Amino acid sequence: MTAKVKLEKKPAGLTFQDLILKFSHYWVKQGCILQQPYDVEVGAGTMHPETFLRVLGPQPYRVAYVQPSRRPADGRYGENPNRLYKHTQFQVILKPSPADVQDVYLQSLAAIGIVLKEHDIRFEEDNWESPTLGAWGIGWQVLLDGLEITQFTYFQQSGGIDLDPISVELTYGLERICAFLQDVESVYDLRWSADKKYGDIRLAEEQQFSEYSFNRSDAKAIREEFELHEKQAKELVGGFAATKGKDRERYPILPAYDHCLKCSHLFNLMDARGVISTTERAALMARVRTVACQAAAAYLEQIGGPALRREVRG
Amino acid sequence: MSAAKEKMIEKRVEVLLEVGCEEIPAGMLPKAEEELRANLQKLLAAENLSDGVTVETFSAPRRLVASLRGLREKQADVVNEVTGPPKTVAYDAVGEPTRAALSFAEKQGLPLKDIYIVKTPKGEYLAAKQTKRGRTAEQILQEILPRAIHDLSWPRSMTWTGIDGARFIRPIRWLVAIVNGKPLKFSFAGVTAGDITLGHRFLGKGPLRVKNFADYEKKLAANGVMVRPANRQEGISKELAAHAKRSGYRIHEDAELLKLVAYLNECPSVLEGNFDPAYLALPDEILITVMRGHQKYFAVEKRGGEVAPHFLAVINLPKDPKGLVRAGHERVLRARLADAQFFWESDQKCRLADYLPKLERVTYESRLGSYRDKVERVRAIARWLTEQWFNSGILHAHVAEADRAAELSKCDLATEMVREFTELQGIVGGLYARAQGEPDDVADAIYDHYRPVGLDDPIPRNLTGCAVALADKLDSVVGCFAVGLVPTGSSDPYALRRAALGIVKIILERKLPVSLSLSIGAAAKALLTNPPKKGVTPAQETQVVEFLLDRAKFVLREREKFGYDEVNAVFRVGADDLVDAHKRLVALKAIRKSKNFEPLAVSFKRIRNILEKSNLKKEESQAIQPDLFESPAERELFSAVRSAAARVQTEKRAGKYQEALEVIAGLRKAVDEFFEQVMVMAENEAVRKNRLALLSEILREFTTIADFSELGGEERR
Repeated sequence: MTAKVKLEKKPAGLTFQDLILKFSHYWVKQGCILQQPYDVEVGAGTMHPETFLRVLGPQPYRVAYVQPSRRPADGRYGENPNRLYKHTQFQVILKPSPADVQDVYLQSLAAIGIVLKEHDIRFEEDNWESPTLGAWGIGWQVLLDGLEITQFTYFQQSGGIDLDPISVELTYGLERICAFLQDVESVYDLRWSADKKYGDIRLAEEQQFSEYSFNRSDAKAIREEFELHEKQAKELVGGFAATKGKDRERYPILPAYDHCLKCSHLFNLMDARGVISTTERAALMARVRTVACQAAAAYLEQIGGPALRREVRG
Repeated sequence: MSAAKEKMIEKRVEVLLEVGCEEIPAGMLPKAEEELRANLQKLLAAENLSDGVTVETFSAPRRLVASLRGLREKQADVVNEVTGPPKTVAYDAVGEPTRAALSFAEKQGLPLKDIYIVKTPKGEYLAAKQTKRGRTAEQILQEILPRAIHDLSWPRSMTWTGIDGARFIRPIRWLVAIVNGKPLKFSFAGVTAGDITLGHRFLGKGPLRVKNFADYEKKLAANGVMVRPANRQEGISKELAAHAKRSGYRIHEDAELLKLVAYLNECPSVLEGNFDPAYLALPDEILITVMRGHQKYFAVEKRGGEVAPHFLAVINLPKDPKGLVRAGHERVLRARLADAQFFWESDQKCRLADYLPKLERVTYESRLGSYRDKVERVRAIARWLTEQWFNSGILHAHVAEADRAAELSKCDLATEMVREFTELQGIVGGLYARAQGEPDDVADAIYDHYRPVGLDDPIPRNLTGCAVALADKLDSVVGCFAVGLVPTGSSDPYALRRAALGIVKIILERKLPVSLSLSIGAAAKALLTNPPKKGVTPAQETQVVEFLLDRAKFVLREREKFGYDEVNAVFRVGADDLVDAHKRLVALKAIRKSKNFEPLAVSFKRIRNILEKSNLKKEESQAIQPDLFESPAERELFSAVRSAAARVQTEKRAGKYQEALEVIAGLRKAVDEFFEQVMVMAENEAVRKNRLALLSEILREFTTIADFSELGGEERR
């Protein structure tokens, strides 16, 4: 009996939740605000206002947060070991980008128990672009023994606006990193905590949202919702210019951006449902981009944009 | 003293420059190395300092390096003569210097005794010698090193500080600049140059102080960086070969990948890994693409050529003592192969044809519609082509099979496999078609129909594949031209030049009876009768013909090594049937070597010139009247021409172009004698016109194979 217990290998690697804790702890030590996931559906951590809007303007800012990211077309009914309807990103923004940013990043890997010298870690060219956000950057995907674990980007533009200063965005793929640390083949076998697996927590969600987005979503209703959200976003952004004085401060630009995020998610739902023709696809993306860029411009103006920039630069 | 001075001038300087960066994309390094070298040479030349200088450049992901040797320590002094006021103004009547002379001397900073008189065409003037001291190499390098870095061009640069910050491909984090062992002071992009470098990101032992290039190369080697890409590539090649030898397998050759991994790693070594042989059930094409595409692994083959369950990865470490890196790579490959396996199975849950409706959602070009639309056009053109071929006696031209292959050709664009591995378009369709029991001919045609993708790429292996490939490419070129997407300069987003090249290569290599103008017409009709139902103007059709002919000329010159003038001579009399044009070219090239031919070509040029100068209008050219001939040479030529014409016709009709050309070459003697003895532009108008008519006939009859007057001309592009 005791012999058998001894044979049970102690499971290696951090649990999913410990991984989140380690990253959070590390980045808080680097001076980051620990934010929470955004409570509107997003396709990537970049869409969180803490990235999309905070990188605008001159104020230094450091923030880290977990962001569950929904990509309806990537759903596989919980049957594919690597692909998910909703995966989990850990997102870090460092504004401005420090000169030793690569080393600071690599130390975050050391912080989760990776012995850097024992692995083949490399930065391979991979520029990032989001046509729906009017955002792009230059950078790499970081490979750990051939596995893509992080998107590392020097943001150049957000909402169609040239950034000054430049922020670095780090986006870790938590499921992949965790699977590497735990050496498991299927995401559903990841240990989330000491006694619960990833599948225990998330499988139902994967199955149902895949079924919903591929087969049961109401395409017509979604299209109508898209139009409604777009309309509200436009109206809100459009009203800002005419607003004067103190009312400008509390003018709802942030809610306008929320509507824009809704549009983006609804677009993804239509796409997964297969109801968008290609010509329409480009047109719809352009519509989302237009409001996103308008929201970004209004946000910058609201926080004191050009005036503040002059002040900070002295 | 003069010997010492000499020695000083001869003293040469050695320079080391290193731009330390965050990881530069590997694919851009070879060009950057080359450009850095060119920039340095150009800037040194502009300073008269390039004599006897060797500039070598190297690179690795984190550094661009230049080593300069044999640089002079300083520029040579330059002596200039400055002229001042005229002597008449500078000296008065008694020869005393005036105010003008004194102020000139003062301005030159010289005593009056150093001022002298020069004689010029305008008279005598005061003059002074001014020596411009050469600057030291150090002073010049301070200016040109940052310039050489700044002037590098990148496909897409970035800034890492802000709008006003420097732009480069990736952030610059350190600079090394050393001139003869001493650090050179300058800064660029906010970084100050010094003599400190960094080694390998993980193997390096902190900052390294370096003295010169030799010292630098040695210290970096000890800190995990091989500076010379050639050495890295050689090392990788040797290791790959050793692995192959040990295991008894062959490496799947891939020169491009070899170069890429040499530039991706500062300290490359080769790691061998395995995958589950169960995955060998996947087609080799897919296995190789999975290994190469994302993972940059070399595939390994058994003696028979089929893929073995191993791979070779190039890692940026000297070794992997615990096997951790290997385990990691094997894990990643396992997941990728599992994906591919999943796609292979799930894609085939429905048949290839079931993907057709999904092509409606894949745009080809906004004005030309979806790939679903393109498929219908390609079918129509492929059917037309095979019908033509069948009617002209190619009995294995199979209309139904070409139609089926065309119908299925684009289906794989909607499969998950091709969405994941876009480079497998066509191949995946072919593999699925075969697995689903389509005839071999159809499957192979789908597999091959994107071919050829370049000058050296093979054409589709069967006739059906040629039909689909031609139809697809014709539709692309005609469609794009119809909506104004004509390639200009380096802009050719729909790869129309490649498509045109493919059309030409297929026709020539397969020797297909295809009329370019008629097939363009067929493609235009397909575009009009199928969505987007767009008309093609005759001008646009002509434009496409010209475009294809231009590519054909290129292929014949570059691949078949025909001369510019030969190609122009043949194309000038028509090349709508490229196979025929090719036959005429071969004959022309062969006959050119014979002794009679070149002089005859010169005579033809002369004939053309005479006719052009005579301004003889077409309607004026009359029938030849033998009784107007005055000299025997004229009569001789006339009868030689008439008898040769008949024989040339016969040979030509039999496709015996060389024989026909030989007959024409036989006219040389008669032509030469004609020009020796006869004055074409005779006084008598009737005689003159008769002679011109004879020359017209010669040109008309004998330039149907090639226009010889083009031969030996200047190389025209």
